[in-house]
Formats: sequence, C-alpha cells, structure tokens
Amino acid sequence: MSWITKTFTSSIGRKVIVAITGLFLCTFLVVHLVGNLQLFKDDGGAAFNIYSHFMGTNPVIRTLEWVLVLGFGFHIYESYTLAARNRAARKVGYVDSRPSENSPWYSRSMALLGTLILIFLIVHMYNFFYRARFGDLDPDINNNDDLYTLVVTSFKQWWYVLLYVGAQIALCYHLIHGFRSGFQTLGLNHRKYTPIIRVIGYIFAIVVCAGFASMPLYFYFFK
Amino acid sequence: MAGNNPNAKPMNLTLKVWRQRNRNSEGKIVEYQVKDISPEMSFLEMLDVLNEDLLLKGDEPVAFDHDCREGICGSCDLFINGRAHGPEKGTTTCQLHMRKFSDGDTITIEPWRANAFPVNRDLSVDRSAFDRIIQAGGYISVNTGGVPDGNEIPIPKNIADKAFEAATCISCGACVAACKNASAMLFVSAKISQLALLPQGQVERKTRVENMVAQMDKEGFGACTNIGQCAAECPVGISLENIALMNREFISAKATSDNLA
Ligand code: HEM
Ligand code: SF4
Ligand code: FES
Repeated sequence: MSWITKTFTSSIGRKVIVAITGLFLCTFLVVHLVGNLQLFKDDGGAAFNIYSHFMGTNPVIRTLEWVLVLGFGFHIYESYTLAARNRAARKVGYVDSRPSENSPWYSRSMALLGTLILIFLIVHMYNFFYRARFGDLDPDINNNDDLYTLVVTSFKQWWYVLLYVGAQIALCYHLIHGFRSGFQTLGLNHRKYTPIIRVIGYIFAIVVCAGFASMPLYFYFFK
Repeated sequence: MAGNNPNAKPMNLTLKVWRQRNRNSEGKIVEYQVKDISPEMSFLEMLDVLNEDLLLKGDEPVAFDHDCREGICGSCDLFINGRAHGPEKGTTTCQLHMRKFSDGDTITIEPWRANAFPVNRDLSVDRSAFDRIIQAGGYISVNTGGVPDGNEIPIPKNIADKAFEAATCISCGACVAACKNASAMLFVSAKISQLALLPQGQVERKTRVENMVAQMDKEGFGACTNIGQCAAECPVGISLENIALMNREFISAKATSDNLA
C-alpha cells in the first residue's frame, strides 16, 4: 500500500474524511435552507420556481452538485466503514453496561441518526429532485417548471409532514454532536474556542433544523 | 479485616461475577453471596473476602488483576455495575470503597471487553496490546555519555504541565473498556502528547505518531467518535484535548514525514 492509501484507510484518516465532508455538508445545509426560504414568499411560487430553475440549470451550480454528491458519498461510505469496524472491535459485549451514566445518547447513536437521515434523503431526492430534473412538471406563469405546486401538495399530506419533521429532529441531534465532533477530529481543540464551538454547534443545529421543519409545518397548518 | 469505625455497619451483598477458565473456554456469570463486608474496605479487599470464602469451600478463587492497590499501576481492570472501575468518578477499582454501595446491593463484575484485550481467566485480561503500541513508538532516543544537566533543556512551565498531565496516564485501559467503539485513542494520545510536547521527543516525533497509530489499528481497537466516554471514566482525568493533539500530529506527520511505506 502506498502512503496515501495507508493514510486514508487508517482510523484517523477515515475520521478526517468524515469530518471534512460532514462540515462541508453543514455549509450545504445553510445554502439549501436560505434558498428554500423563498417558499414563504406569497407570490404563488414564482420566486421559488425562478430560484429552482436557476439551481437546476446554472453550470456552476450543476458542477457543485457533483461535489455535493461526492461529499455525501464519502461521508456515508467512510462513516459506515468506521461504524462497522467499531462494532467489530468488541465481539463479546457487557452483561451490564450503563453508558448513559457517562455520555449523551445522541453522541452514541450517530450511525443510527445518519441512517434515518439517509432514508429521508432517498425519499426526498425522489420526490423533489428527481421529479424536478427528470419528471415533467407543469409550467408556472413565468414558464418555469412549477416545483412550488409539487412542494405545496406534498406538504398537505400528513405522513409527508411527519417524515420531514422527524428527519429534521434526527438531523438536529446528528449535528449537535457532529458539529463539535468535526472540529475535534480535525485537531481543532483549544481551551478558548472549543466551548464556543460547542455553543455555535447547538445554535446551528437548532436553527437549521427548525428552519427546514418550519416549511412542511407552515404549508400543512397555515396554507 | 479493614475497618475500625464502630458506626460503619457491615453489609451483605450479592455478586454476579464473570467466570471463565481460560482464553478459549466459554464464560458465564456466576452468583455469589458475601457477608459482613465493612464499608471501609476497598473493592479489591471485598473480592479477597469472596476468594477466602471460595477457598474454604474448596472452589477456585476468582482471578482478577491487581498490584499496587493505590491507584498508580493501572492493573485493577474491573467493569463494575456497567461502569469501568465502578460508579465513582476519577478512581481505579482499588481506590473504590465499599461505602459507595449499600447493604443488600447486587453488584455485577465483568472483565474489560474488547477484542484487543482477550480474557485470560475470569476477570483478568491481557492488555499486552498496549505494550506493543508503546514498543511501536512510545520511546525517545537518548545520547550516551554523562548524565545531562536537567536545567540544560529549558521547557516552559505551561508546556511542562501539559506534558505532565498526559504522563499521568496509568495505562489501565478504562478508556477502551468504557468506549462504545473499544477505541484506545485516549491512551495512545496521552502517550503521544507527552512526548510530542517535550524537546526530548522531537527526534522521533513524526515516526512515533505514524507507528503508534498503525499499531493501534493493527491491534483491532475501534476508531474514536468523540463521544467522550473515555475521558469521563479515566481515573486520572486525561483530557480529550490529547486526542485532538494526536490527530494534528498524525495529519502533519503523514503530510510531511519522509516515510513512503
Ligand atoms: C446533511 C446531512 C449530514 C450532515 C450535515 C452531517 C454532518 C456530520 C458531521 C459534522 C459529523 C462529525 C464528523 C466527525 O467528527 O468526524 C458527522 C459524523 C457522522 N455522520 Fe453525518 N452528516 C450528515 C448525514 C449523514 C448520513 C446520511 C449518514 C449515514 C448514512 C451520516 C453518518 C455519520 C456518522 C456515522 C458519523 C460519525 C460519528 C462521529 O464520528 O462522531 N451522516 N456527520
Ligand atoms: S487514558 Fe486514562 S483510562 Fe485510558 S489508559 Fe490512560 S489512565 Fe487509563
Ligand atoms: S491495583 Fe494498581 S491501580 Fe489499582
């Protein structure tokens, strides 16, 4: 094995990949959230459809889309590889184990939370991304594909709202641990800044996830 | 028997102890009763009482690791009631006292669990994986010749303190035992920090972290997910800052060392 493959298949090397991709995905969440805020504009979806047309056709965005796919791909692959390795490191478990006395449950459940997010992602990608890109949506007043109407009708179904809100709760806990964990993995631990990163992580997780969850809730209850 | 405090009421306890004949045999939990345990005894003295009873009955005593019995050697690797070294924070099993328990309690006692720490017998585990990690790089080169003057190598106080904090690791393995991933990163990072911080550790600085991490992976320990169970259970309070430092050392060593293998 060359030093490069050795580095990236070592425990720390894999962790570093999970951390870099995880923090990169956090920046994606911000962009995605801010863009989607157009849903709240009371113009029958015109602004949102202009935005989604732009996102679907702009060559820069289309290129970054592949970076995003790779980011998700590596994050999921490396984190599952590590999770399998970690599980295998203790074949015989304890008869009596009380981890809740030394750590929060969500920190110990990152793979489970990630799996919930993944299930959500698959449904989400099929319903909105796939149909926006490859389906045949009706045109809106500006002759853009009317993704807005698809979003609004989806968010009128209770099980859809439940899936979305549930996924945001999972994401929120994933990020409460993941945000600070990513910095720690990259070696960015400092007595001055680590407590601040922890607080920013909490705020980030709650604001982002509450922001995403507010969309299905708004259309279900107020539209 | 320890205990001359007249107010300390003796306790009767039920013990659920992991019994296993040798590395290859199947083990199981066996229940025992111990009587008249003084709250002033240490946990290990309580096990001594159990073993005396067993010997009198002609049974095999329970094998468990211990040596100094004063919290410095790191031998006493017992998983007690679901926690490494039992319920008290910042103590080894030998420093845990029976006053932490009450009359009538049931106490479950298991060996450390990790593939890298095979059970030798009953509660005694083989922690030689730690020795092999140290052999891989936990040393420094020293010039031959006369004894150097200690004051010749200036070390700022704050750096010396950090290195000393890391050096307090007693290699007990509680971090591995407590970690959901059976990760040894707190232990390995303590050893790496201690030497990376000091001038004496600079010669092997890059090869050390590369080789020790490689050996850690080879021994089959898990990878850290920054849960912090290790630091919460560490008897001497080794901090997670060391793991961050190890990761930094590892990344920069991999990026800049001459080692192509
Ligand atoms: C938008 C989606 C996601 C974001 C923003 C995100 C973010 C993060 C961050 C920042 C970390 C910490 C990295 C580290 O400390 O090494 C992390 C860890 C992790 N993620 Fe994600 N993640 C996302 C989706 C997923 C998915 C879909 C999965 C699984 C299928 C997943 C599984 C994991 C696992 C297992 C860890 C390792 C836990 C740890 O090392 O602390 N994540 N994630
Ligand atoms: S880091 Fe703490 S728990 Fe781990 S071996 Fe050292 S002293 Fe024991
Ligand atoms: S017996 Fe030495 S630390 Fe407990």
